[in-house]
Amino acid sequence: MVDIPYEGIIEVPPAEVPDVELYHPRSWWTRYVFSQDAKVIAVQYALTASAIGLVALVLSWMMRLQLGFPGTFSFIDPNQYLQLITMHGMIMVIFLLTALFLGGFGNYLIPLMVGARDMVFPYVNMLSYWVYLLAVLVLAASFFVPGGPTGAGWTLYPPQAILSGTPGQDWGIIVMLASLILFIIGFTMGGLNYVVTTLQARTRGMTLMRLPLTVWGIFTATVLALLAFPALFVGSVMLLFDRLLGTSFFMPTLVEMGQLSKYGGGSPLLFQHLFWFFGHPEVYIVALPAFGIVSDLISTHARKNIFGYRMMVWAIVAIGALSFVVWAHHMYVSGMYPYFGYFFATTTLIIAIPTAIKVYNWVLTLWRGNIHLTTPMLFALAFIITFVNGGLTGLFLGNVVVDVPLSDTMFVVAHFHMVMGVAPILVVLGAIYHWYPKVTGRMLNDPLGKFHFWITFLGAYLIFFPMHYLGLLGVPRRYHELGEAAFIPPSAHTLNAFITVVALTVGFAQMVFLFNLAWSLFKGKAAGGNPWRATTLEWQTPETPPGHGNWGKELPVVYRWAYDYSVPGAKEDFIPQNQPPAARSVHGAML
Amino acid sequence: MAVALILLLVAIGSVVFHLLSPWWWTPIATNWSYIDHTINITFWITGFVFTAVIVFMAYCVFRFHHKEGRQAAYNPENKKLEWWLTIGTGIGVAAMLAPGLVVWHQFVTVPPDATEIEVMGQQWQWSFRLPGKDGQLGTTDVRNISSENPMGLNRDDPHGQDDVIIENGDLHLPIGKPVKVLLRSVDVLHDFYVPEFRAKMDMVPGMVTYFWIKPIRTGTFDVLCAELCGAAHYQMRAKVIVEEESEYHAWLEQQKTFAQLSGGSAVTKAAYKSGGG
Repeated sequence: MVDIPYEGIIEVPPAEVPDVELYHPRSWWTRYVFSQDAKVIAVQYALTASAIGLVALVLSWMMRLQLGFPGTFSFIDPNQYLQLITMHGMIMVIFLLTALFLGGFGNYLIPLMVGARDMVFPYVNMLSYWVYLLAVLVLAASFFVPGGPTGAGWTLYPPQAILSGTPGQDWGIIVMLASLILFIIGFTMGGLNYVVTTLQARTRGMTLMRLPLTVWGIFTATVLALLAFPALFVGSVMLLFDRLLGTSFFMPTLVEMGQLSKYGGGSPLLFQHLFWFFGHPEVYIVALPAFGIVSDLISTHARKNIFGYRMMVWAIVAIGALSFVVWAHHMYVSGMYPYFGYFFATTTLIIAIPTAIKVYNWVLTLWRGNIHLTTPMLFALAFIITFVNGGLTGLFLGNVVVDVPLSDTMFVVAHFHMVMGVAPILVVLGAIYHWYPKVTGRMLNDPLGKFHFWITFLGAYLIFFPMHYLGLLGVPRRYHELGEAAFIPPSAHTLNAFITVVALTVGFAQMVFLFNLAWSLFKGKAAGGNPWRATTLEWQTPETPPGHGNWGKELPVVYRWAYDYSVPGAKEDFIPQNQPPAARSVHGAML
Repeated sequence: MAVALILLLVAIGSVVFHLLSPWWWTPIATNWSYIDHTINITFWITGFVFTAVIVFMAYCVFRFHHKEGRQAAYNPENKKLEWWLTIGTGIGVAAMLAPGLVVWHQFVTVPPDATEIEVMGQQWQWSFRLPGKDGQLGTTDVRNISSENPMGLNRDDPHGQDDVIIENGDLHLPIGKPVKVLLRSVDVLHDFYVPEFRAKMDMVPGMVTYFWIKPIRTGTFDVLCAELCGAAHYQMRAKVIVEEESEYHAWLEQQKTFAQLSGGSAVTKAAYKSGGG
């Protein structure tokens, strides 16, 4: 940055690391399976998350078949429909997106980008993955237990989550809660690594204000997750007690199937507060890594420094902090004390300001850039469109009184899919096209990538943009069939059928992507160490893919920020972070 | 430039879709047109921002896409521009929030002349209760619920004896009279949702929640449940009929009171003071 004194860094000697205390694998098992190398763990996380994510994708097809063509598919009964939406939602939010961004990208990128050899607690890091895998397996097991998985909705609201009117009340809900508890335990072990590594293991010269925004995003998201997941943890434990031990944390005196139940004295709203105290930061746990990654994609592929780096960092931190005081905007019509509405509407709309700043800075980065329309860049541009769209509809739902008619309608479904489904997944896909060459040493096939991009982006937009208008009309969510309702015209059913057809198309386009991932692993063009001519440290490793310990004998020394693209007077249009300043001639550059 | 053009078309297409969409909110039937106005303000502001950002982005892609010999500008930050954008955004946010909070204040402030009525949700049906001639609803307890007493009224509460009970039926409301709708549930969460009313609120076992409305047009409206309540959530339906006061009273005359239904104390014919309900 401009005001970081540069003379001070010029004389920093390379770090001496003759005796690296790394765990060295001795066999195939400890190298590829029970590995303590963050890069291997990252790939394990990514593959597991993608596998369970594909399950969630198939669930969404079945759900869409029912919505688009009600009555046609007799094998989807009302119970199964609720099980489909519940499992789809929970898998996508927690087991796919959270795990992929933090466990996948976090593990791969943090040590490489900060110039460390590995995470600081490699053994705990390995455990994190294995507990996560266990959580996923337990979750998957719920498809096979008597009564099937829970159909309580991904929010698992009691009382219905544990009462007999809801599918999966016998086993499904217990298995779901157990899986969540395991996930949080596993995540915490990984999360401590991501935070401590970012704070303690940065290489020489890598000040906090020289970190790539990817690391800022993942780091801040991890801090949020470490503070937010405990609320879900206690909520899950208490709900499990209500179900198994007959406690009544969330259960008031009530009638179950015509009989007075054994419960009494608890508060259903307490669960909602715990759930959303976790659930709202969760949105940013997914969004902040996406913000960070997309900043780096845009900057690299537009060959231009990110505009307003410091503002971008502060926006990430401000959004992270504010995300803890907005949770009850999910509860405007929950029956909570109505005067909370003023406070939560105000905080929620304030959070729009730092978020808007990020959007402005992304598009201002494009201004007077040298925009290479590579596949990662296309995904980044599509992210901006979908995120702006989904973010703006958040201003409807966050503004308490506007939320009243829209809550629990398809408007909400469209909003959160656009903003925390489509937008972050576009970033994930762009990031895979961007970093796959570093992970495998080979480029992904570009024509296939472009094909995948256009179907995915335009398709996803066609699915979710019109869906908002079904919600405006008043169509409620979580309905197995809309049935007879005077206010729903036949055209709404036509739109539902259209959405289903597009959703299936987009779903199948992902198979092209999977094929590309597998094919390019063997047949892809050799990538070289730095195919995108990027500045950040992960592209400067001595080997590609990076070897165990990442850096060979000496750790890199960082002399400049992560965004020295197209520096006037420089020979190349990028200057790696670890390139020492040659002489005073580049003194005008931002360091 | 194909990519820039497609981005531009996404922005234009979205606006055109918005303007031509046959799917729009239902004709309003209550006093909450303020909510519709607030949504309209929000559409204008967010629509402007959406279009501006995407068009700017498309222009950048068109104007600055890579060509041989192009070099990007080096432009780390521009404090002044960033502050102006922040302030502009703040003004836009305030322009949406302020009317929103004003209308919310109206929404949570029930006028003193509103008649209290009660909606009770249970898996998977609606029941309604209207006060008798004393104008007051009797107290209830979920532990009292039985086949003769489906809404769980307290038998020794004199206010409850003349309450009109409509179990698993349709609700009638007189036009032009404000009503405070008290909401409760006996089992799980439900949500009393009539799209034309704009108002909705969850019903929570163990609590009484509320909203208030003033019906402004007659008609028959669908009641749906808007909070997932189990397997038959989508089938939990009823109707609300808003009608002229004379028709309303004619209907009310035919309804049974709690005392009549429970067959206990002296049968009291429901009679209603004018303006009550």
